[in-house]
Amino acid sequence: MQKNKQMMWMGIAVLMSLTLLLTVSTEFAAAAGKEAKIGLAFSMTGAAAGYGSTQKNGVQLAVDEINAAAGADGLKLIPIFDDDASTPQQGVNVFNKFINADKVSLIIGPTLSNTAQVSNRIAQQAGVPVLGISNTAKGITEIGDFIFRNSLTEMVVIPNTVKVAKEKLKISKVAVLYGNDDAFTKAGYEAFKIALQGAGITIINEQTFAKGDRDFSPQLTQIKSQNPDAIVVSALVEEASGIVSQARKLDIPKSVPIIGGNGFNSPGLMKNAGDAAEGVIVGAAWNTSSSSSLNRKFVEAYNNKYGSLPDQFAAQAYAGVYIAYQALSKAPSPDNHKAIRDALAQIKGMNTVLGNFSFTDGRDADYIPVVQIVKDGKFAIFGE
Amino acid sequence: MNLFLQQLVNGLFIGSVYGLFAVGYTLVFGVLDILNLAHPAVFTLGGLTALWLVETAGLTIFQAFPIAVLIAGLLGLLLDRVAFAPLRHRADTYFSGLISSIAMAIMFESVALGVFGAHTVRFPANTVTPTIWRFAGITVTSLQVEIVLVAFLLMVGLTQFLKHSRTGKAIRAVAENERMARLLGIHVDRIIAFTFFISSALGGAAGILFGLYFDAMSPDMGRSIELKGLAVIVLGGMGSIPGAIAGGLAFGLSEVLTVAITGTSNLRDAVAFAVLFAILLLRPSGILGRSRMREA
Repeated sequence: MQKNKQMMWMGIAVLMSLTLLLTVSTEFAAAAGKEAKIGLAFSMTGAAAGYGSTQKNGVQLAVDEINAAAGADGLKLIPIFDDDASTPQQGVNVFNKFINADKVSLIIGPTLSNTAQVSNRIAQQAGVPVLGISNTAKGITEIGDFIFRNSLTEMVVIPNTVKVAKEKLKISKVAVLYGNDDAFTKAGYEAFKIALQGAGITIINEQTFAKGDRDFSPQLTQIKSQNPDAIVVSALVEEASGIVSQARKLDIPKSVPIIGGNGFNSPGLMKNAGDAAEGVIVGAAWNTSSSSSLNRKFVEAYNNKYGSLPDQFAAQAYAGVYIAYQALSKAPSPDNHKAIRDALAQIKGMNTVLGNFSFTDGRDADYIPVVQIVKDGKFAIFGE
Repeated sequence: MNLFLQQLVNGLFIGSVYGLFAVGYTLVFGVLDILNLAHPAVFTLGGLTALWLVETAGLTIFQAFPIAVLIAGLLGLLLDRVAFAPLRHRADTYFSGLISSIAMAIMFESVALGVFGAHTVRFPANTVTPTIWRFAGITVTSLQVEIVLVAFLLMVGLTQFLKHSRTGKAIRAVAENERMARLLGIHVDRIIAFTFFISSALGGAAGILFGLYFDAMSPDMGRSIELKGLAVIVLGGMGSIPGAIAGGLAFGLSEVLTVAITGTSNLRDAVAFAVLFAILLLRPSGILGRSRMREA
């Protein structure tokens, strides 16, 4: 385990120095055409390191494609990667460096919402546009008019999940089970509650649990006795798999589907709940098997380059670079931050791997999320 | 009514796992008057070892169970050797033993972290294929029945062993009065080591059963049962084996019924510990404990 980790870090270190070399060399090579520096603040170490590495992959793939297509005279991108170490403090350092030393045209990142809450204020003050690609917490884009994101919030994903589930499964009464001692799962519950009421679905039973619980049979027994059409669960993945597997052990039939929030969006669900996870329905910002040709091309290219399938974070990063590029190429010069900001704000109906993408007036992402169902141990498309 | 019965079954089930865990806890306490706070860590390692045997070594659970239980027992011997025996003749042995057992718990947990990683893991889906039985509107899986049966067999076996066998009698003698036992020619150190072996083996068995049912094992899973086990043995009367069983069942039932009635697990521990508090006030020796007399 430890060995593997060391190897991984060494691998990352080598990769990073390679990109550095690459950056330097492109700087010389591309001197003829126009170029724009973009700062990429991702968590390469710390708690969110797992997300940061696929984000970097997604960005690198998009940058390579764009630079190859730009030709001699087109606008080229110079990516400058730095590690926000999953902490706000380091995020601030990285942002300061991007803005004052590297003088980037635009910043993509940081990985975590907690970091974004602090670092994005610096960019806002300096008037440098920021595009968040994985921040889903409330209040990020409210920091100011230079802050954008292409990551959908739960408030968008959940109502869509409920709508599709209602259409396809004809559910009218559900039971709700959620963790009430965690900000994320509680916010998910609130989003579900509003969405369910909006869709005219009655909540016949509400049960809660706490982080670290392992025995959910009392709550599930209560729920079972009320015969709901479906069970709506807002939980992190550890508890989610326990709930799913115990529900089936308590003989709640598979005809009563379990509908989950974003916490369910992890392969860990299938790993730990096994067969019981089949038929679980969960909304997501992106799915590998989305049928658009752009997406198919992306999945294939990513797989060829890195030897693994991309996840949601890679897709959001990849789309983020293309969105940024569109704005950068419309601006008169890469130093004109105001013009880049205005061009970003005007993006409407752009074809991306995430879907038909627009920014809302509040600079949040606007596109139709997918609804997935677990089938043969994988997330398959249930509806869009 | 069916709903209530089903909740009783749920409570009986989790209660029997608590009981099995607490029996090992209370055994050491009865003999040594020392709380072995590494017991939850042995519980964790027992479960994770069985998982390793099934997943990596390719054994069936019926082969893995006794081997993992044996390994848990050996961990108990190690505990005794490293954490308790060197301190036994010091004046502050009760306190220092408690502290050194915490240290061992941390080490065991770190070993589990290093070997198995921090992820939540589970037994492969086909380890046991439970059949679901339904009668009178209640659902019981064969796995649940097996777990309750194994727990009770082990508990009954232990009680009989302590009552009738020669070693069992020696354990009780040491519990009653160590000096007298020594004078009678009982090899006290060996008996204490053996007690640790039995205690930890039972703790490991509880860990395996827990992991089999909840499908969620992690290096910190002992923490979720640590305080409960402590509460159970206080509830049942410190050092009393039937008390630990009764206490485990009572605790499991109170937990399940609290959640069932309130619809939230927030009050679960509050009610359970409030009951514990009341018992301590009204009947300080616990449900089945007799004052100043230990049954080992």
